[in-house]
Amino acid sequence: MNHLVIAPIVLPAIVAPFIIMVLRYHLDLQRIFSVASSVLVMCLTLALAAQAADGTVQVYELGDWPAPFGIVLVLDRLSAMMIVLTSVLALAVVLYAIGTGWDSRGANFHALFQFQIMGILGAFMTGDAFNLFVFFEVLLIASYGLMIHAGGARRFQAGVQYVVYNLLGSTLFLFALGTLYAVTGTLNMADLAVRVAEMSADETALLRVGAVMLLLVFAIKAAVLPLHFWLPASYSLAPLPVAALFAIMTKVGAYSILRIYTLVFGPDVAATAGLVSDWLLPAALLTLAVGAIGVLGSREIGRLVAFAAITSMGTLLISIALFTPAAAGAALYYIVHSTLATALMFLIADQVMERQGGAVAAMRLMPQSGLLSVMFFVAAIALAGMPPLSGFVGKLLVMDAARDHDLVWWIWAVILIGSLVTIIGLARAGTMIFWKSHGLADSAETSPDVGTDPEPLLDGDATAAPAAKQVLPLVVCFGLISALVFLTIFSGPMTRYADATAAQLFTPTAYLEAVLGGGTK
Amino acid sequence: MELLVASAVGILTTAGIYLILRRRSFPVILGLSLLSYAVNVFLFATGRLMTNAPAILNKYEEVPYTDPLPQALVLTAIVISFGMTAVVVMIALGAYLSSQDDRINLSDDDAKAGDDA
Repeated sequence: MNHLVIAPIVLPAIVAPFIIMVLRYHLDLQRIFSVASSVLVMCLTLALAAQAADGTVQVYELGDWPAPFGIVLVLDRLSAMMIVLTSVLALAVVLYAIGTGWDSRGANFHALFQFQIMGILGAFMTGDAFNLFVFFEVLLIASYGLMIHAGGARRFQAGVQYVVYNLLGSTLFLFALGTLYAVTGTLNMADLAVRVAEMSADETALLRVGAVMLLLVFAIKAAVLPLHFWLPASYSLAPLPVAALFAIMTKVGAYSILRIYTLVFGPDVAATAGLVSDWLLPAALLTLAVGAIGVLGSREIGRLVAFAAITSMGTLLISIALFTPAAAGAALYYIVHSTLATALMFLIADQVMERQGGAVAAMRLMPQSGLLSVMFFVAAIALAGMPPLSGFVGKLLVMDAARDHDLVWWIWAVILIGSLVTIIGLARAGTMIFWKSHGLADSAETSPDVGTDPEPLLDGDATAAPAAKQVLPLVVCFGLISALVFLTIFSGPMTRYADATAAQLFTPTAYLEAVLGGGTK
Repeated sequence: MELLVASAVGILTTAGIYLILRRRSFPVILGLSLLSYAVNVFLFATGRLMTNAPAILNKYEEVPYTDPLPQALVLTAIVISFGMTAVVVMIALGAYLSSQDDRINLSDDDAKAGDDA
């Protein structure tokens, strides 16, 4: 067995308690260990991705128990891509949090951060449905801590809402898993796939119930339309660097849909036929529409970016819901793009808020906005999917994949009009923040408390003032921008990888053989 | 017994959802607890109901046994839901103390102006 497979999960799982217990009062050491761990995890995931790139499926049997009985971790192209994405994002966010001093505004940022990384990586790699639940809980419980990091009344209130919503989702997840177990007698995904395929048509009613509940759970995580209500408040009121990390958490939901509904409830399973394509597609279209309207209607920059995140989830889920290999390839490309672009936008939003002294409403004069406005412009182009950057390539791929679908005109219209509305919303926000603020200077001086944000969200506000001098956050933003540029330039190799991944997803025989046939040891 | 277990799950779920819809932190936390009890009982039932049987195989003689896997699942689920309940209690307490309000939902006005303190 290749022990490298489990290393990216074990490493943060060791570093996090070490930070809590040994380095509790040493912020500098915490930072060093946290960054070192993030860099190491990134190297590990890159190494794993290199191993998975040729299409082999590696299986790690925990405790050396063979697959249907023990828990397995599975590394295929999809998992490899997602863990690389996670580790890159994690490194960016941790550097940003250190650069802006966000990690010093409350206790245990780095420990929670490492636990969160562990949970996300685990969720991407596990080959067992119950274990997926466990890793979901790990990443969620860490995210609860990160969500209320640095405190503040509004943040706490949004935090309670977020926790309750997710606990409900978790309970539903358990109900779904229980139902699936009752029907099939297994929870290993590969084994589930085999048993579901063998099941005769007249005993699948309960199976369909389980599949629907599971889809609901993942839809909650992915913020699909009727279940998206938790996202805007939580993401805009969370510390924005944390929200940038949360950009990958909605993708965990999308990943789970992609994984479970290609592997277990694949296109050939009669019991769940059309579940994803018939139900998810309209929901995804509506999600995109509502997200775009939300972008247009937001008055705060955090909320605006949160709705932009919903928009990108809509596009992503449309692509997943098309349920063809080409569309899945487009979805994978779009996952990478939208994660990076959303995270970038959250970080820029954080810069804006910092320079306005932690104000929530983004309508104040702020120091040095030239560079920032350029970055906002670039990020807006990326997020809305305008030509030069990868968002455009991603949307083009999604629309191209929808070409043969019955609802093609609906899909194209929603994507295009959604993009238009998003770009208008972003342009309006950019104008308000970067241009109009100078016009507001007079009124701001005559009545110093014109901002009327009775509650500066942040508690440790003294550090926020000289934000303009911080270099590291800007470097991180530039790093993310250059990542997007690279994603655009190398969109050829990237789409080839995504298409190969999608092909692997839709022909799961290699996966099944690797997991159930004893694995590649 | 099937009826008993099924109705227990049903009643617990109903009460839990009702309490969650109250949208105040204390009822919501109680509701979440009830829901997690419901799901735990439900998980037991997924391995088929069996009384007076151990959850282990006996290799020397043919004796009835219950499916051990749901018990392992329930154990994990109990631990997780216990921890989560503790977390939500603490966060709800923090929210109540900092804003003097135990509402779970953020109304639109709060979200816009942040003047709910």
